[in-house]
Amino acid sequence: MQINYKQQDNKLIAELSGELDHHTAEKVRKSLDRIVASTQPQELIVEMSGVTFMDSSGLGVILGRYKKMNEHGGIMKIANPQGHAESIMRMSGVFSIIEKCSEY
Amino acid sequence: MYTNEMHLSFLSISQNEAFARTAVASFVASLNPTIEELADIRTSVSEAVTNAIIHGYRSEDNGTVYIDCIIEDMTVSIDVKDMGEGIEDVSLAMQPFYTSMPNLERSGMGFAVMQAFMDSVDVESAIGQGTTVRMKKKILAES
Ligand SMILES: Nc1ncnc2c1ncn2[C@@H]1O[C@H](COP(=O)(O)OP(=O)(O)OP(=O)(O)O)[C@@H](O)[C@H]1O
Ligand SMILES: [Mg+2]
Repeated sequence: MQINYKQQDNKLIAELSGELDHHTAEKVRKSLDRIVASTQPQELIVEMSGVTFMDSSGLGVILGRYKKMNEHGGIMKIANPQGHAESIMRMSGVFSIIEKCSEY
Repeated sequence: MYTNEMHLSFLSISQNEAFARTAVASFVASLNPTIEELADIRTSVSEAVTNAIIHGYRSEDNGTVYIDCIIEDMTVSIDVKDMGEGIEDVSLAMQPFYTSMPNLERSGMGFAVMQAFMDSVDVESAIGQGTTVRMKKKILAES
């Protein structure tokens, strides 16, 4: 699992690539929390087009980051989830809480 | 009738989640499943193995997780077994959004995901003895 960060004004873009499961979840959680705490973005975009595998452990990470952004009055969006990652989020109702987008 | 079987056992450490789902997927690949069907199986195995590690063995790294995978014609049967904690109330545990670990950012969707992606999911469990999750899926022949 790799994460690339890009900053645009008050927007932080986190590009995830690889497999997001219980094993990699902890690393993703820590990395995102650390950079969000230090850069305090108004908006966090999680770019998921490079995520080739995700299970319910990934849901926990995504929902947990959303909660944190929300608590600080920030916005979080999920961009371009693919295949089963997208269907798992859809069946869990994630997109009724977190906005899905394709451009940002 | 075409039959084949495969048995795996490995330590309850999280690196083995990727190993387990990849091993089962490559075993099943002989049936020529679609990419979609293979992803259904990989995801479901990952859910059951992760549950065995974090719930069955409470994230202790000295448990053993067992997988028995049997192919009969085009039907794949996968048992994921641990000899850990066990589940007190299986039907409660299987309800979408139920988790015994909400503080650890779990969503309680593992069983719901298995049920969505497999044809059947049956759970046998006894407190103090462990849990077996049996999942079945028929691979549809290519048209
Ligand atoms: N192998 C197991 N041993 C003991 N308890 C289990 C096992 N598998 C599942 N459970 C129990 O069933 C509950 C529901 O499991 P499920 O996979 O649906 O959700 P979760 O693992 O809590 O969260 P998520 O999978 O979304 O991260 C768990 O919280 C746990 O209490
Ligand atoms: Mg689970």
